[in-house]
Amino acid sequence: MLTKRIIPCLDIKDGRTVKGTNFVDLRDAGDPVELGALYAQQGADELVFLDITATVEKRKTLSELVNKISHHINIPFTVGGGISSVDDVRVLLQNGADKISVNTAAYKNPQLVQDLEKEFGSQCVVLAIDTRQEDDGEWYVYLNGGRVKTETKCLDWAKKAVDLGAGEILLTSMNHDGTKQGFALDITRTLATQLSVPVIASGGGGAMEHFVDVFENAKADAALAASIFHFKEIGIEPLKEYLKEKNINIRI
Amino acid sequence: MSLVIVKYNAGNIQSVLYALERIGVKAVVTDDHARIREADKVIFPGVGEASSAMKYLQARGLDEVLRSLTQPVLGICLGMQLMCSSSEENDTTCLGIFEERVKKFTPPAGSALKVPQIGWNNIYDLKSPLFNAVPENSYCYFVHGYYAALGEHTIATTDYVQPYSSGLSKNNFSGVQFHPEKSAKIGEQILRNFCK
Repeated sequence: MLTKRIIPCLDIKDGRTVKGTNFVDLRDAGDPVELGALYAQQGADELVFLDITATVEKRKTLSELVNKISHHINIPFTVGGGISSVDDVRVLLQNGADKISVNTAAYKNPQLVQDLEKEFGSQCVVLAIDTRQEDDGEWYVYLNGGRVKTETKCLDWAKKAVDLGAGEILLTSMNHDGTKQGFALDITRTLATQLSVPVIASGGGGAMEHFVDVFENAKADAALAASIFHFKEIGIEPLKEYLKEKNINIRI
Repeated sequence: MSLVIVKYNAGNIQSVLYALERIGVKAVVTDDHARIREADKVIFPGVGEASSAMKYLQARGLDEVLRSLTQPVLGICLGMQLMCSSSEENDTTCLGIFEERVKKFTPPAGSALKVPQIGWNNIYDLKSPLFNAVPENSYCYFVHGYYAALGEHTIATTDYVQPYSSGLSKNNFSGVQFHPEKSAKIGEQILRNFCK
């Protein structure tokens, strides 16, 4: 049976991991390759590398890093952060990335999703959506790392993106991100049950039960988290053992 | 031992090369007919779309080269599907090395299963030296919307919508639907078995 996936996310700036510096057992905790390899060894099902570099050298440092990662890591990985063109994606895929994620650029230019699907196939196009539930109870799409609100509802954009060729949705709830109070179950469930592609839930995972909830109640296909893994609040191995005990189908 | 990875218009070729490097195997990526024919072993990888891949192979005569190989050949993902008789993906006639046909996953109405299948799934009923030291029900990484039906050449089975061939083998040709290059230690074992 196809398993649910656990995906650690690593934030990268200038080729270095931004968080996760308390890994005493790593020679260089700031090295994304070494940290990624450790997660892979612990049983992570995939990795996401989110590049937050804002310099002009970004493209080059990122493609070099992706090349290094793909030489050393034996599980699939996604690269995201500021990707805005077919050429950006080609370089990353040629250097060994399995998937790329697009966010703001795809919203501003939906044709990009279609172009990527045509050029590389939907299996490598992950659409990332940052969403926030407002006082009116609706979930709206936010851009630029959550700084810019739009009037578009999350489900509408997700459906459109899937029609255009997105192969997976990476859904981050801004209301839940960083709270460690659990994932956004309702919007995750809405997307996971209404879309024909897998949904990766992100934001709010702070305890092992939260992962059971997001898989069982919200029907997420995968769950992504960052700091709880980086700061060793939850280990990947114990988390997967726990999920298996709770009868969630998981790869051990 | 010389190992060649067939170069064509499909993705993921570099990943296979790097995975081989990780297990200490040197390989050459090439579309040169002579080098492919002379290699001790050939890997035919790929992520992409069947009809455009077949057109590309035909335009360069690689379809004939692949069919005529007598050394061990391993198809991966799209590579394995192209070794079948036909694919429902844009009604493509494939290489016809395996008689099995490639069909689209069509989950029954109301099913929660999504297409493409993306993620880790079990392989079982393992019937090939390719799976030496690989336990039954091991997890491998899959990304695909089309599948090869079960048939006489099935050497591994996986369940998604229905049981299907996650591995095929006939004479010197084998293929796997999953990505050994992305399937952690199990995948490395399978690549090692092929390269041995």
